[in-house]
Amino acid sequence: MSELLRVEGLKKYFKTPKGQLHAVDGVSFSIEKGKTLGVVGESGCGKSTLGRCIIHLLDTTDGKIFFEGKDITNIRKEDLKESRKDMQMIFQDPFSSINPRMTVKSIIMEPMVIHNMYGGDKAKQEEKVLEIMDTVGLARRLADSYPHELDGGRRQRIGIARALALEPKFIVCDEPVSALDVSIQAQILNLMQDLQEERGLTYIFITHDMSVVKHISDDICVMYLGTLVEKCPADKLFEKQFHPYTEALLSAIPVAKVGARRERILLKGEITSPINPEPGCRFAPRCLRAKPECFRKQPELKELEPEHFVACHLY
Amino acid sequence: MENILEIKDLTIQYRADNRIVEAVNQLNLTLGKGESLGLVGETGAGKTTTALGIMGLIPDPPGIVTGGEIIFEGEDLLKQNKKRMRSIRGKKISMIFQDPMTSLNPVMTVGSQIAESIRIHERCSKAEAATKATEMLELVGIPGERYGEYPHQFSGGMKQRVVIAIALSCNPELLLADEPTTALDVTIQAQVLDLIVKLKKEKQTSMILITHDLGIVAEVCDKVAIMYAGEIVEYGSLEQIYNHTCHPYTKGLFGSIPDLDSHVKRLSPIPGLMPDPADLPAGCSFCPRCTCACERCESENPQMIEVETGHFVKCFQIGKEEEHV
Ligand SMILES: Nc1ncnc2c1ncn2[C@@H]1O[C@H](COP(=O)(O)OP(=O)(O)OP(=O)(O)O)[C@@H](O)[C@H]1O
Ligand SMILES: Nc1ncnc2c1ncn2[C@@H]1O[C@H](COP(=O)(O)OP(=O)(O)OP(=O)(O)O)[C@@H](O)[C@H]1O
Ligand code: SF4
Ligand SMILES: [Mg+2]
Ligand SMILES: [Mg+2]
Repeated sequence: MSELLRVEGLKKYFKTPKGQLHAVDGVSFSIEKGKTLGVVGESGCGKSTLGRCIIHLLDTTDGKIFFEGKDITNIRKEDLKESRKDMQMIFQDPFSSINPRMTVKSIIMEPMVIHNMYGGDKAKQEEKVLEIMDTVGLARRLADSYPHELDGGRRQRIGIARALALEPKFIVCDEPVSALDVSIQAQILNLMQDLQEERGLTYIFITHDMSVVKHISDDICVMYLGTLVEKCPADKLFEKQFHPYTEALLSAIPVAKVGARRERILLKGEITSPINPEPGCRFAPRCLRAKPECFRKQPELKELEPEHFVACHLY
Repeated sequence: MENILEIKDLTIQYRADNRIVEAVNQLNLTLGKGESLGLVGETGAGKTTTALGIMGLIPDPPGIVTGGEIIFEGEDLLKQNKKRMRSIRGKKISMIFQDPMTSLNPVMTVGSQIAESIRIHERCSKAEAATKATEMLELVGIPGERYGEYPHQFSGGMKQRVVIAIALSCNPELLLADEPTTALDVTIQAQVLDLIVKLKKEKQTSMILITHDLGIVAEVCDKVAIMYAGEIVEYGSLEQIYNHTCHPYTKGLFGSIPDLDSHVKRLSPIPGLMPDPADLPAGCSFCPRCTCACERCESENPQMIEVETGHFVKCFQIGKEEEHV
């Protein structure tokens, strides 16, 4: 097994009228080639920002990103184009990421044109587009349709097809199935797994659906307000959670059975603002088990059990 | 129970370059006062179109309501003029849109957008509205100090929460929530759902909740309608739909959910895709994907039948099974 991506102490701050907003604040992890890392966490905790930094859609404030062993954090503009080919993103919002005036064919072809793939040979590019459409299950007759004429499931397939156009090694999937009904969702997840097996693709998979993340991931990262609070193999997380936020998160999963509602851990207390955050654990003001120490010092990520990392002063 | 909403034979089409998209086909639905109905179905089944129809907001062109009635508190919404509809939308019915950016103004701070909507509904000073708006923000889990930020500075789920705050601050009698929590993590989602349930208890708010999360439906809804290709194919109480599932499509939906308690290598979705709504099949619209289909399903469109009190199913095979038993 070889490591494909490693992130060390990644930080991304945004300037706001009230001060620095710590969107991602010191996140470290690595992913092996051909594996899927699931990322879950409260909405607004920095998942999309993390993904955007990794593929260089955003500059990072601090920290390092290694891809195939190479430090690509401050990669030069001319090399960036080359590395973009290897790293793609499927966006959270398929509607906003797709230009409504482009046909399905031109949407999928655009990255090939930008990167001058196949020596700029138009016919070859078109042929490739049709092949990719087959791969993702889009009928070739839809090549000249516009995205607004298609339903959500087909539109999401366009997003996947576009991400595949450059034959990347690594894809950040930002909630690729959230807008879809469960049956189409299952089709897309199967498709993504097949592609992974055939091409050895590596994924970061961001989602709010806990059963989806369990199904698709090898490892799962739980984030809270810009920090990584727990990381371990997918199955393990559902058996045993250490971090109080993870506990609350898993207790809130709605179950598709009548009267199956579980005892929920309700989070109360003030929500820490990501703007100039106080020292200490970000979760402390809402944590039911917080100690005085939690308000003073930010906990470090520790390996509590083999492959099970937790950042919490309780352990 | 008194009905707050009755939809009869609602038919809505989109007409674009000599294609007619039959988005909603002779849809019938009733909603009792204080009731919450879960509307579940395939992407493109016409759920949003139905909700927009109730709001009187079908984009025209290309959309046209070609038939039916939408009776809300005794009056047919389809017969009201624009001005009356605007007032109904402002005061009695509010909708949480699937795409938050359709209802947010990109050049106005999120706080003032909530405050503005509060001021439309109740008499209060600007300062009072601002205080209330800050409370609403915190209620959906966003620190009050972010009042002065603009939508583009918020994450997808945070924008969604602002939209929810706006809709709830209106105290509507009927709330149409289109995928309100899809962009939210499960803890915030639980808070928002609790808020909605509280509203329902205290204010007798009726609700149509559009979602594909069958877990959420199980937690907040009394009734469930399953929609496929512009029609309701199964309708009943939560208990009936979940425990006596009848329609092959509904069964397929339940079968597609990844199970938290067991591990499977591959999921088992319903094979195939929904038919093109501009080219619906002659018989049952689910027929091409159905594992129980027979010849009759191919040529004839089944009628709704009541399999038990209040449980309706639109499928030929259902009556049959019972004959065999
Ligand atoms: N361009 C920006 N300017 C200022 N703040 C931003 C910007 N983009 C994101 N943020 C802030 O950074 C934080 C993290 O946002 P991000 O979009 O990464 O969250 P997320 O975890 O993807 O949330 P969601 O689950 O809702 O998509 C949020 O507080 C957000 O308001
Ligand atoms: N403005 C439009 N012009 C043309 N066709 C449209 C328009 N809006 C929707 N449609 C079509 O009408 C059908 C129903 O769409 P609708 O948005 O109501 O589905 P939905 O059930 O809400 O789906 P989703 O779960 O993806 O939100 C789809 O086939 C869609 O492509
Ligand atoms: S009517 Fe026929 S095709 Fe339609 S769902 Fe029932 S069995 Fe399947
Ligand atoms: Mg995001
Ligand atoms: Mg919709």
